[in-house]
Amino acid sequence: MTETAGPDRVRSAEQIGLSAREAAAAPVPDAAPAPGAAKNDPPRDAASWAKKVERLEVDPRDGVRGTNVAGRRLTGPVQGFGKMWQKSYRMKAGSQISPEAAIATWKEHFPEFWPKGSRFAGALTGINPGDVALLDLSIGGGVKLSTGVFVLYADAESFTLMTPQGHMFAGWITFSAEREDPGTGGETIVQVLVLMRANDPLYEMGMPVMHRKEDKFWVATLTALGHRLGLADPKVEAKTTCVDTKRQWRHASNIWHNSGVRSVLQTVTGPLARTRRPDKGPAKT
Amino acid sequence: MSAPAITMDVRRIGDEVAVVDIKGEVTAACEPVLMSAYEAASDGKTTRLVLNFAGLEYMNSGGIGMLVTLLVRANRQRQQLSAFGLSAHYREIFELTRLDEAIAIYDSEEAALDGTGGSR
Repeated sequence: MTETAGPDRVRSAEQIGLSAREAAAAPVPDAAPAPGAAKNDPPRDAASWAKKVERLEVDPRDGVRGTNVAGRRLTGPVQGFGKMWQKSYRMKAGSQISPEAAIATWKEHFPEFWPKGSRFAGALTGINPGDVALLDLSIGGGVKLSTGVFVLYADAESFTLMTPQGHMFAGWITFSAEREDPGTGGETIVQVLVLMRANDPLYEMGMPVMHRKEDKFWVATLTALGHRLGLADPKVEAKTTCVDTKRQWRHASNIWHNSGVRSVLQTVTGPLARTRRPDKGPAKT
Repeated sequence: MSAPAITMDVRRIGDEVAVVDIKGEVTAACEPVLMSAYEAASDGKTTRLVLNFAGLEYMNSGGIGMLVTLLVRANRQRQQLSAFGLSAHYREIFELTRLDEAIAIYDSEEAALDGTGGSR
């Protein structure tokens, strides 16, 4: 989910082609506790979490290659290979914007804040638990790294994306907003919090570069959000902390799923495959 | 940041095992409470830390992230982390996030203390 391009905002996202599964799913309302709810009622976070999935299912979407996602398992920091990092990016959004309004804007226009050169093809209904978004990330040399993200959690004040096997990172990215001092109606703080490990040894070797790209990517994204929220001069604070210095060598075999390597191969072999199958459309994922 | 709506009480079962009874809401805001419970539970020769989620009322993704950082701290001290008392809903969240691959889940406190029949 990194990108070297600057903070230019794309005009609109290619988020066409809602999957049947997503179309069938009604938008999830933000959970609120019912007055006098009984103890054995579903917990009030029930609607905010995605249902359990073993492997991801996706339908092709226009505007992205859509490979390296279907059939993949989700990976959290426990399944990653490299050192564990927590990266936070915070922006003050003023006291006039409520946390709920900031998150609603973010969810609704999420792909538009993506820096130029990369594409986020999500569901047309926005960002709801269980959605799978397909990503094409520019990695230079005309190659796009194709991967995806899964919407693990979403409520009125936050949402979290989880990565699949083969993504650069194994982990979660949480987007949230909250009042700095709720009692006095303080400023709304908007934050991106990344908790992740590099997914495999190859990605781990590239981490020094990926940290810089990641910082640039999320600063650009938050700056774009700040402009959309009406801030004249958005300022983003970035902080990186190493949570665990140990590498998990038992997960070194994650390299088999490496979406970077596979994307390069798919870029090289794509035209050849189309030449051999002239009467067939693009491969379905 | 709002005050966490949670309590975490530590019970020691012998020298090596500590049970943390969690009641309320597990969110990122309760990190100080969890870490102070962890410090209390890690006092001495603790090798096993058992989380009791029977009183869990609410958990968001920030709460799951906090459990991962707790797991890292426990692993650093060579302590095993396990859990019991999870409702079907929260058990499914542990499975969805694949946290159950690192934190063994048991059906009861007895099973967790015995260390038998866990999900891991």
